[in-house]
Amino acid sequence: MNLSQYIDDVNKKEEKALSVFLTAGFPFKDIFADTALSVLDSGADLLELGIPFSDPLADGPVIQHSSQVALENKVNIKSVLEYTSKIKSKTSKPVVLMGYANPVLNYGREKFFSDAADAGADGVIIPDVPIDEYDEFYESNRGLLDTVMLTTPFSSAERIRKADELSRGFVYCVSIYGTTGQRTSFSKETLQAIEETRKMIKKNKMMIGFGISSPESIRSIAPFCDGVIVGSAIIKKLFELDKGKGLSEIADYVKDLKEACMEG
Amino acid sequence: MESIAKCALPDTKGKYGKYGGRYVPETLINALEELEALYNKVKTDGKFIAELNDLQKNYNGRETPLTFAERLTKRYGKAKIYLKREDLCHTGAHKLNNTLGQILLAKRLGKKRIIAETGAGQHGVATATVCAKFGLKCEIFMGETDIERQEMNVYRMKMLGAKVWPVSSGSRTLKDATNEAIRDWVANVKDTFYIIGSVVGPHPYPQIVRDFQSVIGNETYSQIFRAEGRLPTYVLACVGGGSNAMGMFHRFINEDVKLIGVEAAGLGIESGKHCASLTLGKEAIFQGMRTYVLQDEDGQINEVYSVSAGLDYPGVGPEHSFLKDTQRVEYVSVTDDEALKAAIDLSRYEGILPALESAHAVAYLEHLMPETREDEIVIVNVSGRGDKDLNTIIMFMEDKLK
Repeated sequence: MNLSQYIDDVNKKEEKALSVFLTAGFPFKDIFADTALSVLDSGADLLELGIPFSDPLADGPVIQHSSQVALENKVNIKSVLEYTSKIKSKTSKPVVLMGYANPVLNYGREKFFSDAADAGADGVIIPDVPIDEYDEFYESNRGLLDTVMLTTPFSSAERIRKADELSRGFVYCVSIYGTTGQRTSFSKETLQAIEETRKMIKKNKMMIGFGISSPESIRSIAPFCDGVIVGSAIIKKLFELDKGKGLSEIADYVKDLKEACMEG
Repeated sequence: MESIAKCALPDTKGKYGKYGGRYVPETLINALEELEALYNKVKTDGKFIAELNDLQKNYNGRETPLTFAERLTKRYGKAKIYLKREDLCHTGAHKLNNTLGQILLAKRLGKKRIIAETGAGQHGVATATVCAKFGLKCEIFMGETDIERQEMNVYRMKMLGAKVWPVSSGSRTLKDATNEAIRDWVANVKDTFYIIGSVVGPHPYPQIVRDFQSVIGNETYSQIFRAEGRLPTYVLACVGGGSNAMGMFHRFINEDVKLIGVEAAGLGIESGKHCASLTLGKEAIFQGMRTYVLQDEDGQINEVYSVSAGLDYPGVGPEHSFLKDTQRVEYVSVTDDEALKAAIDLSRYEGILPALESAHAVAYLEHLMPETREDEIVIVNVSGRGDKDLNTIIMFMEDKLK
């Protein structure tokens, strides 16, 4: 089943899709696949698997730190693809790879798209490849992976339409000005802009990410989208994870987030 | 900015061949488009150019001299050596050429808050200076390692009213300060203008900084004709991010002049502790641009090293990458020791104490001069003065030159 179909099926049950971002190999390399599967089993509909990078420009301190730990754990694209196959062998839920352009460029783009598709990845999100660089960067993808492009509530109508046209799977709407990380609430102005954005996205589902950290923030934003993405808030809890202990607490947290997705 | 870029590059997508471009999160696109549109308008606007030229003359102290280095020339007994004296700019380096231009852009965009990254502190000082002059709020990001080795410039920035944010991530140098400045800009893009200090980052920054710095080469061109009635044979400049070199080279790109960019080989190219991005780097996408970068086998950016904080950067401006591939510019490197020795030599032969960055260009004379002839001319860009590096130089002298 493809990515947009999967989100659509979730939406048909009157639920918003919950996507959870985890930095691959964080905090522990050996139990990471189980950590990710437990998050999916607890109610996450999609997994965004972060490829660590030394200089993550769009990320706040929490994801920066997780990326650093993953690099110290010697996680590279090869290990991310191994996690992907392992996870996909045990779940039918979509796995989307998310990372910065340089490790992908360095791995070889054609090889990356093809190896990732072989490993079972469903899509790819590269936040520092904007729509202007799409044709050149994704030339060798040839439909192997769904490509998710990003918009902000303050993108021009022209760019929002272009992102919709180029995306497959869903459009990723960044909720705020800023890097990833927790915010307490969304302004009225932001919510209005998000509502406008959604009207312009015709071809794809729209997921909202950045700054969504709690069931409350999901409830406030759920009416304006098809799904939400939670990253830093869960990574922060993973910091406290000590070899298997604490996994149940994270599972409970994911359950709470998913419940909030079912109330709209 | 007497005349703006005759060169056709970058293209409309901000590319120099395959290099450059705009690899940034979507949040920054609006601001970059706005900046590009404004810049395309003002670069031919007589009022803007007149305002900038007035500041360059009456505030920055331009034009800077082109000094004949008589004793240094005699020492080698080969080509005539001239020095372009960017060390005599206000604040002590070429950096103000660019910040004066960018602050005028910020003013026209109505931005109230200015941010910048700095390595050696020269760009931080130059930014704090123009913010003081124009009454704008200034915040500077600087790596903790650089704060330690460039203490005097930190005090200067504070004296000028700027807030200095220490950056503790990564190698705690220029690369990390730049990441932090970009993150701040992503969060505050509505009211904040980011003054980038070199010919790096997403389009249109490499072009804007090059054009504002091209005053160096434009003056040099006229000056060498006044002094010698002809073009130089060689032009040398140091390359970290590469702004003084681009500013110097730009006027000479289409002339029959050999251009040499000198990178920092740190403890030696073989040691792995250097920052010679063009000599040993690979193509990468880094800090908004496609360019040569020092990286590991997984595409993670390396922590690099140079005694000179201003060159201590794993990337380089995208136009330099293009000029390397097209072989229009030759890129070479010299070590810490060679640069430190050159700083002492230039002080003792010419009474000019260069910044350690600029000393890299001076140091390459040792390699170049034996190959030159007496009827040739060599111009070295002395991009800044060395007062800020006295501690480092004194430690080196006590260690090696007792």
